[in-house]
Amino acid sequence: MIRLLLQGDCWLILPVILPLLGALLSFLLKKQPRLPGVLGALVTFFASAALAWKLVSHGGGRYYLGGWQPPLGISLRADGPAVLMVLMTAVTGLAVSVYAGGYFQSRINKRGEEQRHLAQERSFWPLWLLLWAALNGMFLSADIFNMYVTLELVALSSVGLTALSGKPASQVAAMRYLLVSLLGSLSFLLGVAFLYKVHGSLDLLAIGAALSLAPAVVMAMVLISVGLMLKTALFPFHFWLPPAHANALAPVSAILSGLVINGAWYLFFRFWQGVLPLVGEGAATLLAVLGGVAIVWGAYQAFCQQRLKMLVAYSTVAQIGYLFIIFPLMEMGPEQGAAAVFYFVISHSCAKAAMFLAAGTLFLQVGHDRISDLDGVRQVLPKTTFAFALGGLSLMGLPPTGGFIAKYMYLSQAVSQERWWLVAVIVAGSCLAAVYICRAVAHILSPRLVAVAGPVVVAASMEWSALALALVAMLLGFVGPLVLHLIEVAG
Amino acid sequence: MIFSPGHVYGLTGLLLFIVGLAGLILCAQLLRKILAVNIMASGVFLFLVTIAHGNGVLIDPVPHAMVLTGIVVSVSSTAVALALAGRVQDMAHCRDLLKKKARGEG
Amino acid sequence: MIWHDWLLVMILLSSLGPGLIIFSLAESSRASRTTLNIFGAVTKMVLVLVMILGIYRGHSFAVHFTILPGLELVLRADPLSALFVTLSSILWLFTTLYAIAYLEDSPNRSHFFGYFSLCVTVTIGIALAGNLLTFLFFFEMLTLSTYPLVVHRGTAEAMAAGKVYLVYTLAGGILLFIGVVWLHAMAGPVDFSRPGLLTPLVAGHGTTLKIIFYLLLAGVGVKAALFPLHGWLPRAMVAPAPVSALLHAVAVVKAGAFGIIRIVLDVYGLDTARTLGLLLPLMLLSSITIMYGSVRALSQDNLKRRLAFSTVSQVSYIALGISIGSPLAIMGGMVHLVHQGLMKITLFFCAGNIAETLGIHDISRMNGVGRRLPVTMAAFTLAAMGMIGLPPMAGFVSKWYLGLGALAQGQGWIVWVLVLSSLLNGAYFLPILYGAWFKEQEGEWPADSGTVGSLESHWMLIVPPVITAVVSLLVGLLANSSLSPLAWVRFIVRTGYGL
Repeated sequence: MIRLLLQGDCWLILPVILPLLGALLSFLLKKQPRLPGVLGALVTFFASAALAWKLVSHGGGRYYLGGWQPPLGISLRADGPAVLMVLMTAVTGLAVSVYAGGYFQSRINKRGEEQRHLAQERSFWPLWLLLWAALNGMFLSADIFNMYVTLELVALSSVGLTALSGKPASQVAAMRYLLVSLLGSLSFLLGVAFLYKVHGSLDLLAIGAALSLAPAVVMAMVLISVGLMLKTALFPFHFWLPPAHANALAPVSAILSGLVINGAWYLFFRFWQGVLPLVGEGAATLLAVLGGVAIVWGAYQAFCQQRLKMLVAYSTVAQIGYLFIIFPLMEMGPEQGAAAVFYFVISHSCAKAAMFLAAGTLFLQVGHDRISDLDGVRQVLPKTTFAFALGGLSLMGLPPTGGFIAKYMYLSQAVSQERWWLVAVIVAGSCLAAVYICRAVAHILSPRLVAVAGPVVVAASMEWSALALALVAMLLGFVGPLVLHLIEVAG
Repeated sequence: MIFSPGHVYGLTGLLLFIVGLAGLILCAQLLRKILAVNIMASGVFLFLVTIAHGNGVLIDPVPHAMVLTGIVVSVSSTAVALALAGRVQDMAHCRDLLKKKARGEG
Repeated sequence: MIWHDWLLVMILLSSLGPGLIIFSLAESSRASRTTLNIFGAVTKMVLVLVMILGIYRGHSFAVHFTILPGLELVLRADPLSALFVTLSSILWLFTTLYAIAYLEDSPNRSHFFGYFSLCVTVTIGIALAGNLLTFLFFFEMLTLSTYPLVVHRGTAEAMAAGKVYLVYTLAGGILLFIGVVWLHAMAGPVDFSRPGLLTPLVAGHGTTLKIIFYLLLAGVGVKAALFPLHGWLPRAMVAPAPVSALLHAVAVVKAGAFGIIRIVLDVYGLDTARTLGLLLPLMLLSSITIMYGSVRALSQDNLKRRLAFSTVSQVSYIALGISIGSPLAIMGGMVHLVHQGLMKITLFFCAGNIAETLGIHDISRMNGVGRRLPVTMAAFTLAAMGMIGLPPMAGFVSKWYLGLGALAQGQGWIVWVLVLSSLLNGAYFLPILYGAWFKEQEGEWPADSGTVGSLESHWMLIVPPVITAVVSLLVGLLANSSLSPLAWVRFIVRTGYGL
């Protein structure tokens, strides 16, 4: 039996099934949703790690749900990039889950509104695990219609999570997020319809192999790209992101900025990877220009923010730009380009989630997140402030962090391909990131004693999980060969 | 050039999509926006059904499966959107106050 | 891997480990913090001693760690890194002792000593870096570990100085980053142990190599406080005295100067640098910095500010020696790395004592200090005399070799730079000494914290400057002995660069 399990490819669906099961259990056990929630997260983490191990040792694989072959059945596929994303989601997801346990407990303990916080927690776990399942499904899909379904699942559960905090600002932000998401998904679906019309297949690999530049295909690519750009919040479609990410509950902000954004981008990348050799310089350059503007504009906006969570949210807008400036570089070196951008994605995910978690802890402890009034908070929450600073280092691309390795790969390709304007963008982005992060860090790490004193009200697990995630972002600065080895495994 | 029924359905589907898109962008009210999204979805579904018919006699079942799934997704997301719109509406009172204040200052 | 490969890692860990533990200690656990600090510093010195003996016997120490395919972090101990490592680890011990006494009863000590240890770890990393990437790696980390020390006081002035410091060093770091990446893209990994790597590229890519050189130079020049990139240094003197001592003598400024040596001698190589015409601009730039720093120091009334401008001037002797490029001048430059460190750390210790014990920050208030703090002022006097370059003090040895080297290279004008700079050094140090020893005290001291028993101040504040002052005297007096820094530098130039 176990031999059969190990040999077959059914391990591929475990990262999708297990969180779904956890979601169901935590929905049913209303009295105690945290236990199945955290347990589900833990099990999913190990399933994802096992999947990665299996991939490295036995190579990639495919799984046909219910034994149905395409075109009727749905197929899942494991290859390097997909499993890397699953693994990234597992690491960040586990930390967020541990954090969320402490977060809700601290909130329930803190004020008089136990019922409201209990209700929030009851909704949080099922939604979050559903989101996790949908994300893993998205990463592992080989079927473009299935991608649409997972996109919608991700959108619905993340909208639910956004609205969870109950603040008026978050309701409006969630509504806007939902409409943008629906628009993006429908645009994606219409693109899928066009592709199916031309190719008569829903399998991304089969489509990629037979791709041409027929008008219908161009139309499909435009629709799919615009849809996914909306969901990834690439400039100028970023307008919905900062209010949605900044007004959500702390674990939700981390999930949205660290994971959900990457999901939509991952699909975008998968589509473009195939067509890139066909479309030529112009389209890739257009994407890179948008990315470059996003980097500069997002960083400028981040610098102007007065609130810590808004600053981190705008920093996401800026960092998304890096995910798109890779496309011109990939024309001459597709493998190196993919390696660089995936390295960027995983280190950004860990670092950004750590920063949002840390910002949430500060918020809960101090009661606000006005940057200029956070002086001296280090004395109360040393681990949290350290985690924030460490995440910031990774965003700035300074050693010893994963961000440094990613920036190094970006720069070395831009320099060796002599694309000087990209060098300028990357350098400007790093400088601006340094400015806005140092501005925040100078306050929270300030040695001034105008303390936001008072007893520590946050759970220890909140501090430790954010720190652990930041340390993972740092560790990524040293495990380059391992990660690249994983990315290079073919499907 | 002669339009087959397939062309008419397909173009109508695309037209619905565009009408819905215009509605989503131009209408200010939430309910209208949600309706506009539904119109867009109907357009896409119509387009998919047209594809299933194709030119031949054989009907392709895959797009039908897609439409069915799509309708389920669309219904659920509409439900979420309506629920959320209701909550936003509840806070409209608060928002109106803010607007009036802003107008007064302007 | 045999034991001596791990030695380098252990040298790093001997300060990193205590540093990380100190971070987690409570503010009140003073005894364990002090024990850890001293334990780390002493362990490091012992390990460094083992390493030096090994190098002298011809062992080679190297550790490789791959962070990306084709991209390695390399720690390697060559004679030049041994020079810097020894200097840093010895001065770290004294600075730690001094800091323990200096910061007694001030807040945030765990935080302070944590970053302090981190800072030394990173400096040792810079010294041991075996290729350009590793150098960059630690060089950027140095910025981050020193910033909390610069703003340690938390006053508005300190925060402003910290901001300036960050702007300068991060901008420099980015220039260095571009330079390193560009060079890697052209020539592959740049290992310090393979000189002449760039020679084949001179013919085809001369201009690019020049641009990269200036990028790298600007990157390290910020930390080395080369004119016009020196602006942060005088402002950073708002930091507590042990930090200033560390910045000026052990870590930051020295790391920059060390970087210049590495880039000219080990990345480009003297011949390539000369062929590309890179040495003359560097020579001019360092000469200008020497004169500029000295002139600005003249008009400063704040003691630490005057010392800071003096550092701007003195550190450029190192770059000057390298850019002259003759063996004697290189020896003069390299040995000044040690000499300046010893003398400048003494001066900052003394300035800290004067401020801590008497509350005096300005030179105009220092009249008669010699009678109240005779030991401190004696140490100060020794170090200042050395800085001026009176024979047979340490500064004289450096300047003598620089001058000889310049003449050997046919650059006679350098001698005038040296003479003029010495006169200026005298002009800004001698009035301090005269006032302190020969003038009468004017009014009360601003804040006299009283004598401690028969001592003028806490013994841990007096012993470090006395020892460093005596050592700085000895390295000059005994420059010809086989244990002096000069002898080691001769060994470096002979074995390392075959000059």
